[in-house]
Amino acid sequence: MLRFVGRRLWSGGLTLAALVTLTFFVMRLAPGGPFSRNRKISPEVQANIEAAFHLDEPVWQQFGRFVWGVLRFDLGPSTRHRDYSVNDLIASGLPYSLTIGFWAVVVATLVGVALGIAGALRRNGVTDYVAGIVGVIGIAIPIFVIGPVLQVIFGLRLQWLPIGGWDGTWRSLVLPVTVLALPNIAYISRLTRTSMIETLRENYVRTARAKGIGWRRVLWRHTLTGALLPVIAYLGPATAAIITGSILIETIFAVPGIGRHFVDAALNRDYPLVMGITLLYGGLLILFNIGTDVVRALLDPRIRNER
Amino acid sequence: MSVDVAPQRGTSTLQLQFRRFRQNRLAMASVAVLALIVGLCFLGPYAFPFTGEDADFDFISAPAEFTWPHLFGTDDFGRDLLVRVLEGGQVSLTIGFLGALVAGVIGVLYGAVAGYAGGRADGLMMRLVEILYGFPYVILVILLSLLFGGGNVALFAAIVFTLWLTPAVIVRAQAQSLAQREFVQAARAGGMTGPAIVLQHIVPNCMSTVIVYGSLLVPEVILSESFLSFLGIGIKEPQASWGNLIQTGTAAMDTDLRLLLLPGGLLAMVLLCLNFIADGLRDAFDPNDR
Repeated sequence: MLRFVGRRLWSGGLTLAALVTLTFFVMRLAPGGPFSRNRKISPEVQANIEAAFHLDEPVWQQFGRFVWGVLRFDLGPSTRHRDYSVNDLIASGLPYSLTIGFWAVVVATLVGVALGIAGALRRNGVTDYVAGIVGVIGIAIPIFVIGPVLQVIFGLRLQWLPIGGWDGTWRSLVLPVTVLALPNIAYISRLTRTSMIETLRENYVRTARAKGIGWRRVLWRHTLTGALLPVIAYLGPATAAIITGSILIETIFAVPGIGRHFVDAALNRDYPLVMGITLLYGGLLILFNIGTDVVRALLDPRIRNER
Repeated sequence: MSVDVAPQRGTSTLQLQFRRFRQNRLAMASVAVLALIVGLCFLGPYAFPFTGEDADFDFISAPAEFTWPHLFGTDDFGRDLLVRVLEGGQVSLTIGFLGALVAGVIGVLYGAVAGYAGGRADGLMMRLVEILYGFPYVILVILLSLLFGGGNVALFAAIVFTLWLTPAVIVRAQAQSLAQREFVQAARAGGMTGPAIVLQHIVPNCMSTVIVYGSLLVPEVILSESFLSFLGIGIKEPQASWGNLIQTGTAAMDTDLRLLLLPGGLLAMVLLCLNFIADGLRDAFDPNDR
């Protein structure tokens, strides 16, 4: 088991290093620079500014400086948000992004699994039908269409919930979390349903019933543990989907998180901020992927011993 | 004594599978709706005496009154909304189908070669895929479209570059088991070269899987395109795409909902149809799956 975790950590670290290196050089290769829009300033001033951010150094030296900074947990100053370091910006935005992301995962898993189980136990029943509709909506209607539509319905027309922003209460969480969770509810309920149906047909489930174990116990102990394996495996990709979604959600609902910074930073060539957020997102995603792998390996010996 | 029997042409698996697909009413209805939308997007604009980029200064922000010539009204530049949405559809649909095709071809070839070659080459090729898989998709797509300098081609390249991975992984698994089969070994023993075997034996035998997953790629590409255009990274004004039309619609949603609902509804409809078609293909092509 330890070897398994070690191997995953090693390849995860490799992936993160590749991601960060690629991002660094792609950003530098992309046309334009952080200060190329300020047309009014004189060349001397421009040179001074660039020197202050070490942009005049050769790219390799800049890369070395960046790596050295990362090792000391210092991501440098933002080139767009004057007087703010990337650490400050991430520290101020991360709590919002994490709160929304966390609740989205919780809601998606609970609702998705519940809908999936209900659908599998009563195939073609009312719940199954409802779950099917939710699934279709969640998969087919993009976040950036359903978000504004819900804003209009619940924010503008009914005025039940704030349209956007953050007032620190649960009310401003409802819409962003719902919209972010919806596509994942769709996937998770579908996944749970198919795998429940498959597991219910397994021989060991029949054996357990034949031995005289109660239906409830068979369901919870024997069927669910097996049926939820694919769902756990999906939590890795779900994290990726949540990260992608949070960039949209924070734009649509004006949440002051870090997802909103990313697009802005990339468009304005804010090199340090882009690198910081990439490192954070990449690290989170890789950690979650490793985490799901480890949980799956704990539950299923076949995965542990592969390769 | 010999009886001359005309060689009977059997039905191939592929034909059987398509026959099964045609019996799926939901999927066939989706094909019809999708065909209608595609036809409208590509032919519809010719019915109007102006293009989506022509401003009509007599009708600025005209509401949707279903009167000629501005059926769904105009935007705040006086441009006809319906024509803009249809033209945006051309862009989104073209990128969607072309992108899925290109990503699919790259992925299939890569996966087939890796699976057939096996050994160290396979290990190296799949390690690369694994690393790219670990990347957050948005970051990659945004960075690449910046690198290629923005615009349609950059967007297309960025999307293709990030979406060929899934077909590659799926085909590779199939190619791996096919490479061990007798007919492939026979071909090798008969002196067929590696590239020829990959193209003539491995790829055709992966076709049903490729069709199923390829059909899922189309909505994914369309979604990526509109996602990026929505964020202002993809297709830019004055050219229309469903993504940037939705973005404009969102900005004006408190006063004028039709700007959001027309492109958003059409996009959702197309994605819905594509998903139903993909479901139908999956049911028809591997019935074991359900």
